[in-house]
Amino acid sequence: MKRKIKSPKPMIDRYRWYETAAIYAGIFLFLSFVLAPFVEGFLVSLKPLSSLFSSPYNFWPEKGSFDAYITMWESVPGFWRYIVNSLFISGTVTVVVLILVVPAAYAFARFEFPGRGALLGAFLAVNMFSGAVLLIPLFRLMRSLGLLNSYFAMIVPGVAFLIPTATWLLRTYMMRIPRELDEAAWVDGASRLYTLRRVILPLAMPGIAVVAITTFIGAYAQQFIFALTFNSKTEFMPLAIGLFAYFGRQEVVWNELMAASFVGITPVLILIVFLQRYLVAGLTAGAVKQ
Amino acid sequence: MTGSRSAVTFALLLLLPAVLYILFIVAYPLVETVNLSFTDAALKPTVNFVGTKNYQKIFGGEFPEVIGRTFVWTFFSVLIKMVIGTFGAVLLNAAVPGRALFRILTMPPWVVPIAIGIFMWGWMYNGQFGMISGLLQNFGITDGPIAWLAYGHTAFWATIVTDVWIGVPMVTVYLLAAMQSIPKDLYEAAWTDGAGRFYRFRRITLPMIVPALITMSMLSLIATFNSFDIIWILTRGGPSGDTTTMIIDTYKTAIGSYKYGEGAARAVMICLFLSVFCFFYFRVVSRINTGEQR
Repeated sequence: MKRKIKSPKPMIDRYRWYETAAIYAGIFLFLSFVLAPFVEGFLVSLKPLSSLFSSPYNFWPEKGSFDAYITMWESVPGFWRYIVNSLFISGTVTVVVLILVVPAAYAFARFEFPGRGALLGAFLAVNMFSGAVLLIPLFRLMRSLGLLNSYFAMIVPGVAFLIPTATWLLRTYMMRIPRELDEAAWVDGASRLYTLRRVILPLAMPGIAVVAITTFIGAYAQQFIFALTFNSKTEFMPLAIGLFAYFGRQEVVWNELMAASFVGITPVLILIVFLQRYLVAGLTAGAVKQ
Repeated sequence: MTGSRSAVTFALLLLLPAVLYILFIVAYPLVETVNLSFTDAALKPTVNFVGTKNYQKIFGGEFPEVIGRTFVWTFFSVLIKMVIGTFGAVLLNAAVPGRALFRILTMPPWVVPIAIGIFMWGWMYNGQFGMISGLLQNFGITDGPIAWLAYGHTAFWATIVTDVWIGVPMVTVYLLAAMQSIPKDLYEAAWTDGAGRFYRFRRITLPMIVPALITMSMLSLIATFNSFDIIWILTRGGPSGDTTTMIIDTYKTAIGSYKYGEGAARAVMICLFLSVFCFFYFRVVSRINTGEQR
């Protein structure tokens, strides 16, 4: 390889002014689409109800205020409860997924056994079913287990559909840990379980962290259908369903509802600033590299 | 160490909890769905075997139309996701100041609870007070308000747009990663030879991201085919069934009307289609992988 001359910006990446302008215009257009609902939602949360339901349409709130962010705590009773429920459900789902997936990923990454390829394929095939397809028997199953209208009704099925991706991701990560380390521990007389616990687990921690983050975000983003169908008790509802219940009413207090939505999603939006590269790593490791 | 009998036993023990879990929560319900589809299971306590009556019934009714609608809905949603995703990835791949921020700003639809993003779309589609109808009127493009979710064809496209919105970040980020893994030398060689920007995109970027495009299309196809939340929150399959896809139809039959048997027959049909998609997905992925190894 020839050494290239180092310059702050290579020639190939230099744009003419109109190219730069076109790129920014394109990005503006693209992000307008991606962020439009958030912008609209935020502006709605600032508008007083009277100006919200008035024509002609005003994009900017004229007498904008943060009042809705204060009044919503009273008009959406149990709002805190919904957020805590959401976090609790996602957190429990993540822990259960990790407990199931860490050993399974290690087995797939390290051991030869008959039917390994087929079993891995079967794991991945689970990905193609959404909960919606299997809802009828799952509903009956939850009913006969007596889990309807409890946290478990949302946690138990939620876990199953997050196992495949998590297994795949962690397996990919574990395959990069040198085999010699297992073998050295084995030669030194360590048991297999000890090797897993003391050699592999510490080394796989970054990978486990990525899997935990992607699983948590997946669980947090996708709690709708099970919560909608398997639980009707207000005290167990996650945020999405708790707010959805208000949308069905005759008089929807939109500005407060939007304010509540924003408060509900702010934690994730802040988290994503710090964690986005893990999410990207998760996505690409799971699907690009096989 | 890895091939001995004790190693195999150990590996199977490690796998046991996850395998049992999936057998219980996914495989058993799958078998049960097939079983139920041949019965008249409903709220009543007795369940009778009815043969293929459920299938005859659904194919004699509106179901073929629902299948067609689901395919059109899915096709356009996936197509638009891919186009916008490629567009976004190219832009975010450009070496302009602020791109790190722009990449982060792409993520929110992916990470916030899907339902909450949909609530916001629901308001945007409102004819009287929503942003889309409002801005169109302000700019004088339309005369009166348009209630997007009130008419069949606008509701159909509105739900597609929202589905695209939810899928675009993932597609963009994935294609961006694929673009960044293209060796820089290729671009530099082409640039030295005087190839223009658009030519480099067409002859280097596009061919190099084809595997990623195919993989993502297949994954999106499966996810979109299964899409439930968007339509349920925005229209519940209405107006007059114009946004009723197979999933929505199944849900309405089974959970809404308690006709478990008929619902299960619909679910079995969905599973059959999904199996076909899945089969192609595995074939495509394995072909791409063997292609890379050569």
